[in-house]
Amino acid sequence: MCRLAMKTASEPFSPFSVLQAMEAMQEGYDGSGLGLLLRGLKFADYKYNAQDPILSGIAHTEEALARLDHIMDKAGFTLKYDHEYDVKKAMIEAQDRHKYILRVYKKPAAWSKLSTDQVEHELMLTRLALRADGEAHGNDLTAFSLWPDVVMAKEVGWPLDIGLALGLDSGRITSRICMAQGRQNTNYGINLYACHPFFIQGVATMTNGENTAFIPIKDWLTGRAYPGYIGYQSDSEVFAHILHYVTKQLKLPLATYKHVITPLKNEELTKHPQGDFLRGLRDACRRLIIDGPNAVIGTLPDETSMLVMDAKKMRPATVGGKPGEWAIASEMCGVDAMIPDRDRSKDFQPMREHTVIIPPDRQELQIWSQFDQLPIHQAA
Amino acid sequence: MVSVRSIANTPSSLTPNDLPWIIEHREDRCTLCGKCAAVCPVGTLKLAYMRKRMPQLVLSSSERGSSYKTFVGIRQSTEVNKRCIGCGTCAMVCPNEAIHPVQNAERDRFRFLNSQQGEPAKRGGRRNDPGASLLDRIIFDRISMLTDPALDAGRHEFSCNTLLGRVLPPEEYVRRKLAGEWIPPVREIFPFVIGSMSFGALSPNMWLGLLQGVAYCNEVLGIPVVMATGEGGCPPWVLRSPFLKYIILQIASGYFGWDEIIRAIPEMQCDPAAIEIKYGQGAKPGDGGLLMWFKVSKLIARLRGVPEGVDLPSPPVHQTLYSIEESVMKMIQTMSMAWNFRVPVYPKISGSTSAKSVLNNLVRNPYAGALMIDGIDGGTGAAYNISMDATGHPIAANVRECYLDLCAQGKQNEIPIFAAGGVGKNGNVTQNGMALIMLGASGVHMGKFIMQSAAGCLGTESNRCNVCNIGLCPKGITSQNPKLYRRLDPDQVAQRVVETFMSIRTEMKKVMAPLGRSQSLPIGMSDALGINDKDVAERLNIRYVC
Ligand code: SF4
Ligand code: SF4
Repeated sequence: MCRLAMKTASEPFSPFSVLQAMEAMQEGYDGSGLGLLLRGLKFADYKYNAQDPILSGIAHTEEALARLDHIMDKAGFTLKYDHEYDVKKAMIEAQDRHKYILRVYKKPAAWSKLSTDQVEHELMLTRLALRADGEAHGNDLTAFSLWPDVVMAKEVGWPLDIGLALGLDSGRITSRICMAQGRQNTNYGINLYACHPFFIQGVATMTNGENTAFIPIKDWLTGRAYPGYIGYQSDSEVFAHILHYVTKQLKLPLATYKHVITPLKNEELTKHPQGDFLRGLRDACRRLIIDGPNAVIGTLPDETSMLVMDAKKMRPATVGGKPGEWAIASEMCGVDAMIPDRDRSKDFQPMREHTVIIPPDRQELQIWSQFDQLPIHQAA
Repeated sequence: MVSVRSIANTPSSLTPNDLPWIIEHREDRCTLCGKCAAVCPVGTLKLAYMRKRMPQLVLSSSERGSSYKTFVGIRQSTEVNKRCIGCGTCAMVCPNEAIHPVQNAERDRFRFLNSQQGEPAKRGGRRNDPGASLLDRIIFDRISMLTDPALDAGRHEFSCNTLLGRVLPPEEYVRRKLAGEWIPPVREIFPFVIGSMSFGALSPNMWLGLLQGVAYCNEVLGIPVVMATGEGGCPPWVLRSPFLKYIILQIASGYFGWDEIIRAIPEMQCDPAAIEIKYGQGAKPGDGGLLMWFKVSKLIARLRGVPEGVDLPSPPVHQTLYSIEESVMKMIQTMSMAWNFRVPVYPKISGSTSAKSVLNNLVRNPYAGALMIDGIDGGTGAAYNISMDATGHPIAANVRECYLDLCAQGKQNEIPIFAAGGVGKNGNVTQNGMALIMLGASGVHMGKFIMQSAAGCLGTESNRCNVCNIGLCPKGITSQNPKLYRRLDPDQVAQRVVETFMSIRTEMKKVMAPLGRSQSLPIGMSDALGINDKDVAERLNIRYVC
């Protein structure tokens, strides 16, 4: 079973502390992989400008790295910082990793005329181009993310070992948000892309449990002909894409995500202040209803964090913390490990109607119920 | 050799052994009460005088000979139009278990007589294709085990309903809602629909029973079952009743009964569930409806606005329309407008190689509410044998193709596809229906299954009974003759309808729970399907298992 840990704090912290929480949750877990997402970055040896896109990925061969350079060059990116992980090669299971990439680029000059939406689109297309290039060359190049203020790493192995192998304990990288997931894909083939968290245009989610509604959702998303809705080596990838679809394409508030993936029943909707709108939304988005069992943990580009459950609520997840510092984990001991000095009585385990939102100011937890009025005017 | 002139030996002379069903009659048990002959719908049984020799064993050689006995016996007619149809009603009424029909394996002789007077064989009922259907062979093999524990069908909450009506793409929905524009009507219905069987095809008692059962399912059990009328209108009292909301009104190429419906619009208490425009049906693709004169009773004549006792053939096409494009423009839009765009309007077509083009046309019409495809195994009121047995397209591949086509455009379920034709043909109604749903249908229609299940219809795929067309239904299901339809108690039919839908719902949960599906119907969840036939698996794009 997957283990999930996420910490968000106003002061940047080391990802290694989250990996230690993963270790605390090790029971019943095969530790066959690690996916890591850091947001709100601080580097010990580089003064990072939060506007600059960061490319995360792996070049498995020297030749792949050269092709990557070429693609980025051609797209007009200028390399500003090339982070060298302190890699201890011997500790890593896979022997074909030429270079773990964490590179800060300056956006192409030509993009200055583009709108924010267009820039975001171009960033996505560039990442997809890198990914496609890798796939065309026997998967020798993987590109997890290309986005300002986001770093991702994925590797096969025991989480803590991978952290040590990549030198994450050195404190050279810290961040305000760290999402970690342990375990490689179990339902489908082992594939680095299949490891959580999943990322698209700054939106990232990770999940425990299997998404039984995967095929119809995948079919529908693929049919959108939206370039970013590809991949799906894991059934959980669709959660990130649905979140992206709801917030970025439908431009609905975050609270609507829950209404899309686990809509209310008719009886409940008749009592809801926006029942009419939500019923229509449920019909229109019916294909995106998840069946779980899943706990979905996600973060947005503005450093909002959130946790939702599927309607059956058969996967655990707990959130706890204090102003300025919060943690979400699939097991309670994970929260304990990340924020030991909190008031445990205020820990919260969401029920089927809840969305837990930790806003960027991190002052308090917002527990939003699906039965509440939606922050949306047209439906009222 | 000299021919025996006294024996009628023409090409068309028959013995009971040449007929599809042979009556086995035990004279030793028969008390000659005559019940069987009275009840036989086709009048094949006749009481006749017969004389038989009683051999006597006499030892003295001077006294050879026999004595004879005259008696009354029951004999089976060998006239083709009075042939035994194997319905078994005689056996049902015989107090002494003295009579029953036996299926004859040798039927070639009878086939020679199928076209008497140049008229090819017609029948009512079902396709003659016994044995497991393709749908019967599909299994659900994706069972949640460890990473996602299976659900408990008895305790978890399941959402088993589907949508009928056009579903907007989410972007468009949000935009229209913001702008306060028209949103197409959508109904939440139970995915198993009682398919089109007209008020002329079914007897009044059958119709009443179905309607009562449907109303009970909706109002007491919360199972939103709907039923379709078929061509030929709807009884005026139903049009003006609150039950209309459970009814899909059908308009077909004969337009029978539509003036009544249009006239009733101002007095309707509620909208009908939907309007189905019939272009074709599974049992006789490319052919219009046919209500034979036997069934055009006074009531039916009044309902349809025609004289009594005449054949009512509908033309094979809507004569006033030139193409599907025009049809969509004219019919769908007009019907939508008649109910002020509050009622989903959708066409019904026969499963055929052109289904995809119709579908793609509908996808681009904002008023089309669904597409109903009726495959070759569909039943009917009356059709030529050749149409029923050999014309049309099997439903599974047809629906699958259409669904995958929509998937490729990212439009699946925007136009819900409903499937019919052989759902529950061998009794596995839920399994058949769920297989079609996982192949991409939003719901299924069933006709003969509900007749068998709710009213005990005797017909089978091996051509038992199947005289629905001539108004002689021994059960009173498809007859307009009060003497016959009074055999059927509407209350009992209603009860059976309710029991049927309750059990379908339970079976649906038993299919969905192990797959880990509970929040929505597994439409298009083809990863849950397997079949032990490589070619079929490839064709349907599902898993091959053996
Ligand atoms: S089986 Fe039916 S058709 Fe045949 S003799 Fe008996 S009642 Fe008549
Ligand atoms: S019992 Fe009635 S409805 Fe059934 S096949 Fe016979 S005639 Fe048709």
